[in-house]
Amino acid sequence: MSATASVKTTNMKTAARRKIRPFDWRHNPGFGSFTAFVMLFLYFPLAILVIYSFNANRFVTVWTGFSLHWFTRVAHNGDIRHAAWVSVIVGVLATICSTVIAMAAALGFERGGRFKGESAAMSLVMMPLVVPEIVTAITTLIFFSSIGFHYGVLNLVLAHTVFCIPFAMLPIQARLNTIGNVYEDAGRDLYANEWLIFRRITLPLMVPGIMAGAILAFVTSLDDFLISFMVSSAGSTTLPVYVYGMMRLGVTPEVNAISAILLVISAALALVAFVISRPNEAGAAAQATNPAQAPAPATS
Amino acid sequence: MSKIRSFHWLLAPAVLFILVFGAIPLLISLVYSFMTANPYGGVQSPFTFAAYVQMLFDQDFDGSLVFMPDYFWIAFRSIYLAVATTVLSLAIGFPVAWYIVCQSPTRRKILLTLVSLPFWINTLIRTYCWILILRDEGLVNKFLGWLGAISHPLPLLYNQGSVLLGLVYTFLPFMVLPIYATLERLDPRLIEAAYDLYANRVQLFRRVIWPLTKPGIAAGTVLVFAPALGSFLQPDLLGGGKQLLIGSLIEMQFTSSRNWPFGAALSMLVTFAVVASLIWQSKRNKARAGAQA
Repeated sequence: MSATASVKTTNMKTAARRKIRPFDWRHNPGFGSFTAFVMLFLYFPLAILVIYSFNANRFVTVWTGFSLHWFTRVAHNGDIRHAAWVSVIVGVLATICSTVIAMAAALGFERGGRFKGESAAMSLVMMPLVVPEIVTAITTLIFFSSIGFHYGVLNLVLAHTVFCIPFAMLPIQARLNTIGNVYEDAGRDLYANEWLIFRRITLPLMVPGIMAGAILAFVTSLDDFLISFMVSSAGSTTLPVYVYGMMRLGVTPEVNAISAILLVISAALALVAFVISRPNEAGAAAQATNPAQAPAPATS
Repeated sequence: MSKIRSFHWLLAPAVLFILVFGAIPLLISLVYSFMTANPYGGVQSPFTFAAYVQMLFDQDFDGSLVFMPDYFWIAFRSIYLAVATTVLSLAIGFPVAWYIVCQSPTRRKILLTLVSLPFWINTLIRTYCWILILRDEGLVNKFLGWLGAISHPLPLLYNQGSVLLGLVYTFLPFMVLPIYATLERLDPRLIEAAYDLYANRVQLFRRVIWPLTKPGIAAGTVLVFAPALGSFLQPDLLGGGKQLLIGSLIEMQFTSSRNWPFGAALSMLVTFAVVASLIWQSKRNKARAGAQA
């Protein structure tokens, strides 16, 4: 199957020559099964969790039948509902803040032209991705404590916005890079001012990138444990922090159910973001009309 | 372009925000690491090197310093596990990345989505899944018991192996994606040329593919090593507190031990190691760029 696909991608000359070759470098026996095994390694534990979450039995690993009982138990748990509410509020606010900031930054990087200190600015914006979470967590805790800033949910929103900015920015930047500046130059040729160009050309074309960036920022905020764990105070416990507390007490069907819910939400949102950010007709058209902006083909 | 457009100011909000809430906290923590612990949390004067001295020495009853290797071993174990995670991720990730590159565009997209999707799922939950599988009443032990292969459950959880498994499981996508990105840009004509010169599979890999993929490997190494070094959840949940790593040690200083300067000093150590690995990576890339020019 992969051999036929690779023949299509190589030109006729090499295809003809391949016959006398001892092996085809695109076809690696064993690599396919190895990759399948790795995929199994990545997804099998997640599948186990989701399956167990439907188990009726109080003792998690003894299967006695399909049940939604633990999901209703979770839904009626006041503490979990409060934690979920905090998570959603923090997530939404951090998403709004980080996406607006990231939008401006992506425009600055992609359309601002080259300038001195651009790579330094880029390193700074990407910093939250490189610094280990535990360091970010305790430095943020120290920072808020040193300036006496204790406002519960607001602390969490600020802390989350920092590490959501790069996640929100990357899809927007990729989108701006894909559409290129042909449409904007066309607008300039027609004497549109920069604001009009932004409002009528760049912004509408950016929308898929912005949506993908916002979703990924929200997922990142929703998934965060360590930073929330350090920064959150008594009243502002997020869902992962609360679930961690439950896990410390042991494996229970409630933990399985709430974990399965979080897992499915994150995975579904991330998939939506992937689909949105996939280059669509507008991007493809821009690439066709502007070969300079198209990503370099593999053979270049 | 006739008119010089300048939109650099659009970067200002992002730069300022991360400077204030990301970079300045790091500097304040650096200052904190030189202060004296307040038993109720937080710090007080005077300035001292005590937090750094504490990493290797313990104060005896008469006030003299004695060498105490406990923290050294925790640091050693953290580095050793982070290196092991990186090496294993590379060994697993490279063949996967190479397999994906050799596929048709549609299959590439599907496989890449499958590799990157776990990244967006909560690490807490991904780690917890392994508890369900590995614990005494877990899936593996239940299965082996059902087969009749074991009479007592195997101690699969709460050891170094389970922590390593959790770390590789969490950080594997970070290795596959940068290697894939480099392999995708690799010129197939170079491989064809090696074939024409009668290279076999091993030679092809050693002399052509591996050298040309080094930037991606270096990027993946940093992306796996840095978070693995500061990991907290995997040693905490899968190591059961027995396998204390530097990440858990830092966390303890702010919760149970209440020694903020020591925690800050340990964080500075981790940050230093990460920055060093970043510099190593960029130097390698620069050296390569210089060699190619």
